[in-house]
Amino acid sequence: MTGQTDRLQAELDRPTSWPDRPARRGAPRKTVASWLFLLLGVVYFALPLVGTLIFSLRAKPMLSAWTDMLNDPQVWSTLGYSFVIGLITIIVSIVLLVPTAFWVRLRLPRLRPIVEFVTLLPFVVPPIVLVFGLITTFSRPPLPLTGTNLGSDVLLVCAYVILSLPYMYRAVDAGLRTIDIRTLTEACQSLGAGWFTILWRVILPNLRVSILSGAFLTLAIVVGEFTIANFLARPMFATYLQLIYGNLAYQPAAVALISFGITWGAMGVIALIGRGSQDKSEIGGAH
Amino acid sequence: MSYLTLTGVKKQFPGGFVAVADFNLAMEKGEFVSFLGPSGCGKTTTLRMIAGFDQPTTGRVLIDGTDITDRPPNRRNVGMVFQAYALFPNMTVAANIGFGLKVRGADKASIARRTTELLELIGLPGKGNRYPWQMSGGQQQRVALARALAFEPQVLLLDEPLSALDAKIRVSLRAEIRAIQRKLGITTVYVTHDQEEALSLSDRIVVMSEGRIEQIGTPFEIYNFPRTPFVARFVGTLNVLSARVIDATTGRLDVGGQEMRATGAVGAAAGSAVSLALRPEILAMGDGEPDHVRLRGTVDEVTFLGAVVRIRVRLPGDAGVASVDTFNNPHLAVPARDSAVTFSFPAEACLVLGGWCQTRVLSG
Repeated sequence: MTGQTDRLQAELDRPTSWPDRPARRGAPRKTVASWLFLLLGVVYFALPLVGTLIFSLRAKPMLSAWTDMLNDPQVWSTLGYSFVIGLITIIVSIVLLVPTAFWVRLRLPRLRPIVEFVTLLPFVVPPIVLVFGLITTFSRPPLPLTGTNLGSDVLLVCAYVILSLPYMYRAVDAGLRTIDIRTLTEACQSLGAGWFTILWRVILPNLRVSILSGAFLTLAIVVGEFTIANFLARPMFATYLQLIYGNLAYQPAAVALISFGITWGAMGVIALIGRGSQDKSEIGGAH
Repeated sequence: MSYLTLTGVKKQFPGGFVAVADFNLAMEKGEFVSFLGPSGCGKTTTLRMIAGFDQPTTGRVLIDGTDITDRPPNRRNVGMVFQAYALFPNMTVAANIGFGLKVRGADKASIARRTTELLELIGLPGKGNRYPWQMSGGQQQRVALARALAFEPQVLLLDEPLSALDAKIRVSLRAEIRAIQRKLGITTVYVTHDQEEALSLSDRIVVMSEGRIEQIGTPFEIYNFPRTPFVARFVGTLNVLSARVIDATTGRLDVGGQEMRATGAVGAAAGSAVSLALRPEILAMGDGEPDHVRLRGTVDEVTFLGAVVRIRVRLPGDAGVASVDTFNNPHLAVPARDSAVTFSFPAEACLVLGGWCQTRVLSG
């Protein structure tokens, strides 16, 4: 007994230190492997961009591909036009889809599979078919929209709303899933709010990150889209580039890199705005 | 005239399921009434019909004489506190509290004044700039209460507001809720499945089961004079002994071969089996008062529960086992197991329930 007690006492008296902890086996191998895969991924994505950059600098003089593009006023006007169309598309999508997704989730859950099927149709219908359908339908009475610039702009926005439907709807629906819309809606109603107030002051602000994600995808689609814009003869960025720089070598490379820059800039903005919002939605009781 | 009235309210869902059947209740202004019952009994459905989130299949809901049955929920002037708090995550605490006032077009100054007043009332002064996710569950529920009270509703509805909180917070917060309700004098309907909450908070309790009202009464009435087996079993703990009717007119019963007399007539024919329901606290070891009912049995088990000593006494035959709770003290004469003992109780304190039988103490 005394010996056992002494052993126990000795154990208690022994200072605890890091060497007492068993070493984690395999940790160095895991770390190296992780870094290796990360490096491979970075190389996979970055190498083509680096290659494109190098290629764009082969013009003579070296930066002429970039200066030609940056000094071309049409590049900026068509880019601006594309962004405006993109913005209008985003606004129309939000106005159309947020109340729809909200209502389907709140009151018509049985319609969800049908709505989801409809939102998948743009994947199935090629843009060329879509634009020919629009031209055929809207180039004659009662709605001859293709005859005017404004009419064509309206058609363009409608087409882009359809094209971006799968991404925007899913983004909004995913956002609605993270909040208890039924209880929040009932809370708003008990406080005297009508439907517009509920959507504008409670639902939309809590979907900010989701909407931004959908908006980013929509913008990327709109800015990069060629077929519909070309057939509707609108001065979009992609159509202008194809028209002017289609038979050049180095300028398209510079354009591609600028497009990437704009895209990553948009992602950065979304990340900045969305940071911290996710914690606010995960409060006790909000689900 | 009653302030909140529900007349013949029924809710039947598609498919035929009746969630609430023929609910009738008249509440006075400033009264605190709890709807108490197990899950699925229809208490929340009834509350939702008062709030306007569900439409009654038949029946009417009136507040201060005005029929609000067909009004949408945002036009009923009824405040509601939800089990899941339902605070708006994108708004500060102050904005949450002021939301109802802003919707009603109040000016900024009065919203700010009312918000400050309510933050003081709920014990969170100066915390208006925080967001809900920065607060504990108890604090959030207090903010939810303040938000529901901000626009001075005619009726306040609370749907199991404390069930998401831990036990200690629940006890302190329910006292606060009652204090605030008394101070403001607001007519309140409180839904809970916790009988301790209902008994401690309410002016009256509506005990519900399977969509029906079992009994409406004060906590004292519900606990001491349950009118149905369900109420007797659901509220508080209960001893239930099997008995047989000797004489229905005089209330003579045979309990394990011993004759006793219940107060008044028994609503069952002679020879039929009935149940005798007794609260543990009304039983006493020994002969008791001269007019008390005495029953003999054998000690089955003695359990020390700290301040209380529980003696389980098995009656002869198949009458069952009664638990007698007695306060502990150093001089208590604790009977030995298998010893013969007598316990007594006032005849008027027992409840004779026709044809319903259990042989163990039931918890509510």
